[in-house]
Amino acid sequence: MLQKNDVAPDFTLFATPNQKITLSEIKGKNVILAFYPADWSPVCSDQMALYNEMLKYFKKYDAEIFGISVDSKWCHMAFSQSRNLHFPLLADFEPKGETSNKYGVYNKEEGECNRALFVIDKEGIIQWSYLSPMAVNPGADGILEALEKL
Amino acid sequence: MSLKPAVNKTDHIQGKKNAKIVIVEYGDYQCPYCGAAYPILKEMMKKYGERIQFIFRNFPLSEMHKYARSAAIVAEAAALQGKFWEMHDAIYENQEYLSETFLLELAEKLELDPHQLNIDIKKSELASKVDSDFESGVLSGVNGTPSFFVNGRKFNAGADDLMQLMSEIVK
Repeated sequence: MLQKNDVAPDFTLFATPNQKITLSEIKGKNVILAFYPADWSPVCSDQMALYNEMLKYFKKYDAEIFGISVDSKWCHMAFSQSRNLHFPLLADFEPKGETSNKYGVYNKEEGECNRALFVIDKEGIIQWSYLSPMAVNPGADGILEALEKL
Repeated sequence: MSLKPAVNKTDHIQGKKNAKIVIVEYGDYQCPYCGAAYPILKEMMKKYGERIQFIFRNFPLSEMHKYARSAAIVAEAAALQGKFWEMHDAIYENQEYLSETFLLELAEKLELDPHQLNIDIKKSELASKVDSDFESGVLSGVNGTPSFFVNGRKFNAGADDLMQLMSEIVK
């Protein structure tokens, strides 16, 4: 798993059925990447619901959050609509888990990514990363502390 | 994970003053898990309320629960008329009927001054109180509701386990 001071690997992933997001094109913003195992599973849903409430706090730190899982763009769309999410979920779907793998958080046995958080600064350097136990929602205190330190 | 800030005079507190055991709940009035925890916590306070203290802080997931924030604001407004816990209990006891109109009906049942309530629910201080509770929850490591803290430390289990713990440690 990538750590503090590693360069955040670039990626281009679907955020909606017809729109892709490229990390290196998000200029002048801090970025939070929240890798999570799967749409619809209970812990992930709580985790994404929590981040959904946190957007104004992230904004204070000039940060944008992206959820990433191996689910497809259509699955993300349905999940996002059902939970009323206001931030993008990226589909690490084809080749499956490629981005998760680059960040060292792909779980081959499960065919899902691990539950992992990264805070990336405006220069594209990872300033904080955290691997949470699969069944535990890591909350957002670590993210806020990391953003505070930037 | 520890509670930030510690329990203070802005909190809604019930039970024993200066108790050795202090429990804080971060809750959402529309959250079904908080609704399920409510009768257990009520029972816990009935049994141990003379020896422990219980605090409620707001953690509304308002994007997921349409009335969670309005309920939190109305409970804070009820607090200004000295009836926080009455409103808190009434909401959880009638969670399935929750709506903005229903909140006003509860206020009427609790004999709150409707004119004052109407002024208070629009006050930015109440919105700030709810926001600051939420922010303190996030900083304290709240990751969902209900989340409990025992003597300032996060208790990573539910109300049943909390009740069990009390039965073991409250003397």
